Amino acid sequence: MIMEGTAHKFGRDVDTDVIIPARYLNTNDPQELARHCMEDIDAEFVRRVRAGDIMVADENFGCGSSREHAPVSIMAAGVSVVVAASFARIFYRNAINVGLPIVVCPPAAREARQGDRLRVDLGAGTVENLTQGRSYAAEPFPPFMQELIDRGGLLPYVKAKLAGKGQA
Amino acid sequence: MASTITEKILAAAAGEALVRPGQIIEAPVDLALANDITAPLAIAEFEKAGFERVFDPARIALVPDHFTPNKDVKSAEQARKVRAFACRHGIVNYFEVGRMGIEHALLPEMGLVAPGDVVVGADSHTCTYGALALFSTGVGSTDFAAAMAWGHVWLRVPESIKFVYHGLPGRYVTGKDLILDTIGRIGVDGALYMAMEFTGEAIEALSMDGRFTMCNMAIEAGGKCGVIAHDEKTAAYLATRPQGSRARTAGEVFASDPDAHYAQVVEIAAAEVRPTVAKPHLPANTAAADELAGVQIDQVVIGSCTNGRLEDLHQAAEILRGRTVHPNVRLIILPGTQQVCLDAAADGTMRTLIEAGAAFSTPTCGPCLGGHMGILAAGERCVSTTNRNFVGRMGDVTSEVYLASPYVAAATAVAGHIATPEALGRQFAGGGCRCGCGGAGGCR
Repeated sequence: MIMEGTAHKFGRDVDTDVIIPARYLNTNDPQELARHCMEDIDAEFVRRVRAGDIMVADENFGCGSSREHAPVSIMAAGVSVVVAASFARIFYRNAINVGLPIVVCPPAAREARQGDRLRVDLGAGTVENLTQGRSYAAEPFPPFMQELIDRGGLLPYVKAKLAGKGQA
Repeated sequence: MASTITEKILAAAAGEALVRPGQIIEAPVDLALANDITAPLAIAEFEKAGFERVFDPARIALVPDHFTPNKDVKSAEQARKVRAFACRHGIVNYFEVGRMGIEHALLPEMGLVAPGDVVVGADSHTCTYGALALFSTGVGSTDFAAAMAWGHVWLRVPESIKFVYHGLPGRYVTGKDLILDTIGRIGVDGALYMAMEFTGEAIEALSMDGRFTMCNMAIEAGGKCGVIAHDEKTAAYLATRPQGSRARTAGEVFASDPDAHYAQVVEIAAAEVRPTVAKPHLPANTAAADELAGVQIDQVVIGSCTNGRLEDLHQAAEILRGRTVHPNVRLIILPGTQQVCLDAAADGTMRTLIEAGAAFSTPTCGPCLGGHMGILAAGERCVSTTNRNFVGRMGDVTSEVYLASPYVAAATAVAGHIATPEALGRQFAGGGCRCGCGGAGGCR
């Protein structure tokens, strides 16, 4: 899977409260959540982002609350993939579970600038910065995570397990 | 081979003789938890996937505590989805408003978790229960939906960091100060993906309430879980849970081997930890409370899953007895559970707080996450005993949250600016104390 889009750059420790403030958590409608994505640190983000664009951040992206509404809102806002130096652990699980592609690639994340054109090849595990003419190798997923991704997320994996036991 | 308590709990759960950090295991869950924000999304995923029944209605807890009592129509609809699901699947541990408490105060109090358990919760502060020598961690809604159907969770066995608190902390230095100080040292991702094991003389001396506070905030350093060894205090706590509860009837005690391997060992002299405050906008942005005396405050919140237990309210009352909340400050008390309310009413704590000028709420997460019951206006500042001070966390995006212990929060409520109990005593020594103690502390 290859994504190409404009980079929207954020710093380190972007928490899920700024990704989607709790005052909007009285719904789980993706489109409604998307309208408020990143609102508290970048009120213009939802107006600027175009379908397929790429979110870039430094260390510890998605720290804080376990709200799955955070990756849901990023996806529904049109972001195709998040490239970060590192992800907080619950956000990492949630992104894979809801099908938001994420890539761990510290140098690509640090060197990308707001508005750079990026191309991410999930299959090849590469991040290209087309604006700067640089290419980076992403950190591969552990085999188990890759299996979950290949199966379409956690619930299909669990369904297959339960079907194997005759429980589903 | 030597193992940490976390490795032993996970190995036993997965049916393995030994597990090592980095290994992926599939472990049965002893309890799976969600609330009125995370459960509706999980229920939607559970139903969309076509699951028809939960693995065990007695091992799921649904606690509508975040926006309840329902703050608006949409929240009421979310709460109704949770109630209907609980009814349809015969969920034993569904807690309706009136019996509900803040989940991480409620579940241990009800005896729903026991030493050695594996607990997952669709709430990041699920790490609280590690104070009972068990493994518990926060997950998202889909992980919770999977746990409801499957009764298992996949986990990467975490590396452990051992924190050793040597000696005893000073007067007015609580578990909250120890954990804020620790997060300040290692940063908000200092324990990313890791187990935080709290040990040492200061931990042994801490009450169970103080231990819950410390484990509650493991996530604020990026930790997967917080954990504290079982001792006589743990045993005494478990023995006073409801008759027949899991805490009274189940559980297995594991302990770290003396030669277990740790990714890091952090040694802290407890006596050097001062009453600590985390400034906006990260829990790691810490400073000594007495260095922040110039910070004027509009609101003080005491309570939550971090500091809403009886000891926390006792500490607040100790400072507020015979004193009054500063005219420019709103003091809001968020007790953890209905039992905490009853106990605080029975022993006079509630009266002390109300007489001082506090608003005493029913249990709810409320303002901690900017839900309701005390939202901040633009530019307002709050000292709060909760666990997060992110941008916009408690209200307007320009409002500010300072995290502190109940002692510092209560002293601040009286002073109108960030204050320690000692500073308050000095202030009243100048003749301000109304009880006649002259600031000597006799009023406490």
